[in-house]
Amino acid sequence: MNNVVNKAYKLLRKSEQVTDEQKTDQSKRSFIGGLVGASGLAVAPGVMLYQIASAKPADQAVTNKVRWGMLVNVNQCTEDCDACVTACNDEHGLWPEEGSSTDSQWIRKLTVKDPSTQNTKSFPVMCQHCEHPPCVDVCPTGASFKREDGIVLVNMHTCIGCRYCMMACPYKARSFVHEVLEDQLPSTPRGKGCVDSCNMCVHKVDAGDNTTACAQACEKDGHQAIVFGDLNDPQSEISKRLKDFGGTQIRADLGLNTGVRYQGL
Amino acid sequence: MDTLRYSSIAARSPKFWMLLIGLALIAVVGVLSAHHMEVEGHVITGMNNQIVWGLPHVFAIFLIVAASGALNVASIASVFGRAEYKPLARLSALLAVALLAGGLAVLVLDLGRPDRLIVAMTQYNFKSIFAWNIILYTGFFAIVGVYIWSMMDHSMQKYSKKAGLFVFIWRLILTTGTGSIFGFLVARSVYDTAMLAPMFIIMSFAFGLAFYVLVLLASYTWTQRPLGDFVLNKLRNLLGVFIASILYFVAVYHVTNLYATEHHAVEKFLLVDGGIYTTLFWVGQVLIGGLIPLALIYMPQTKNCRKTLMAACAMVIVGGFAQVYIIVVGGQAFPLELFPGMEVSSAFFDGEVSQYCPSIWEILLGIAGIAISLLLVTVGVAVLEFLPDSLSDKIVEAKK
Repeated sequence: MNNVVNKAYKLLRKSEQVTDEQKTDQSKRSFIGGLVGASGLAVAPGVMLYQIASAKPADQAVTNKVRWGMLVNVNQCTEDCDACVTACNDEHGLWPEEGSSTDSQWIRKLTVKDPSTQNTKSFPVMCQHCEHPPCVDVCPTGASFKREDGIVLVNMHTCIGCRYCMMACPYKARSFVHEVLEDQLPSTPRGKGCVDSCNMCVHKVDAGDNTTACAQACEKDGHQAIVFGDLNDPQSEISKRLKDFGGTQIRADLGLNTGVRYQGL
Repeated sequence: MDTLRYSSIAARSPKFWMLLIGLALIAVVGVLSAHHMEVEGHVITGMNNQIVWGLPHVFAIFLIVAASGALNVASIASVFGRAEYKPLARLSALLAVALLAGGLAVLVLDLGRPDRLIVAMTQYNFKSIFAWNIILYTGFFAIVGVYIWSMMDHSMQKYSKKAGLFVFIWRLILTTGTGSIFGFLVARSVYDTAMLAPMFIIMSFAFGLAFYVLVLLASYTWTQRPLGDFVLNKLRNLLGVFIASILYFVAVYHVTNLYATEHHAVEKFLLVDGGIYTTLFWVGQVLIGGLIPLALIYMPQTKNCRKTLMAACAMVIVGGFAQVYIIVVGGQAFPLELFPGMEVSSAFFDGEVSQYCPSIWEILLGIAGIAISLLLVTVGVAVLEFLPDSLSDKIVEAKK
């Protein structure tokens, strides 16, 4: 009987020992896991910084090796969705009042109907980031300018608010800031008395995000109607799509070679 | 009184001071309006993101165009050698400078950032016709200043003809530049034509001359100096030719547009169903600014009648203002055609005729531009010898 009790006791002890070993293993694992996690947290900003650095160091000029552009697939854009517009407003702190004729709108949904066929299409229109932008041509002070990478911007320090660029833009893409602004976002400098327009989320592009707020929002909503990318890189998604399916420019007759192209127009 | 003598207005009558103070007050009110617009932002004006240039631009462009034309009288004397116009030349040059100053004041005060004028004066994008115009306008002041000097200073008179020729060429380029501000806007249906530059030149001839005749009549009536019918009839005939020329250019503009199917929509808008713009065209521009003054000028019954000449000049100014309004505001009101032949709509007013209702601030600023111009003329003729003592037929005909 004693033997049986002793065997049982030993077995129990053994099982307890096993459990202790397992416990030790687990704590070791969690310690190592924590260490890895902590290391990850410590290293991550560096990695992110490295990513930024690899995108474009702040002290390095933009080059014309890339030409940023966007491709809008009209067939994948639905009429009831305005995620791109909302995302743009949130990203740049625009928040125009509904029906306001003076608030800035950088991107808008256009509904285009062919009166002869009743065929209707809905898609976003923003600054088309032309290669030969009329807004840049007409600006008396050079405040409207095109970066080497194709992004058309307004220099808020030299814009005198003459609005000639708004007269010249064939796409109605520009807005004039009609009143004092509050709650501006640091990434999007704007100011009363100056003109602004879609800047192709230049802060995101320079941070190496390789996307824009509108394209991100469209993808998040599952439409994937907007593709952002480098038009100069034949291997980029946008170039491949343009090569395979083609793309048209709005008012191509003006010969402006826009950076924003449309599929299915 | 057989020889031509110039003198400043010696009599500082209460009427003179009232005019001076009245004009200065209007100018101050305009400047205060502009200040209010700058503090509050353009949200208090009728302008918006569709009609980006409004009433201030109409006033400014009208005055700038008229400025160039006001110099016509001087050019006829200096460049084309018509001696009978020579007594009128000094006032012509003064009015040109004054009108330009008034127009530019309005233009600058309407900027979103008028405090950055120095940027516009120091940083030039030479591909911009606007930048070229800044140079043309400032240069105009300088060379007309020299021209006035050459006419007033006896020792400088040998340069008067050359200065006159230079100013003549300069102002033709200037008005071409002003017309090109619109002519270069290829995307907008109303502006996409090379006709605008020469049309602006002929517009300047008529508007400037109408201003000139009114200022001349007012100055000579108020200072009780003799003013003969010979001078006025010369100017009357000249004005008639200019009014007819504008009508010709306007007709060619619309007929050539009507020939192209792509422009039918915009022509229908301007000529048939454009609401205020159609009314302004037929009633303001064609009838008041063209046909009625032509009748007043050429009807045999109105020969030597100063009142009808004044009425004709006022009508040319009103009609001209309507014409510039149609060009500036009407040109923007017609929707941009992003997709020709399609029906377009959006939350940003695409495909719609844009609405514009000028605010009191814009009206006050615009009127201030005219007040500034007239103030400069009033001060000019009061302190310097711009006006001949007499423009009687005897004196002017003796110059022939």
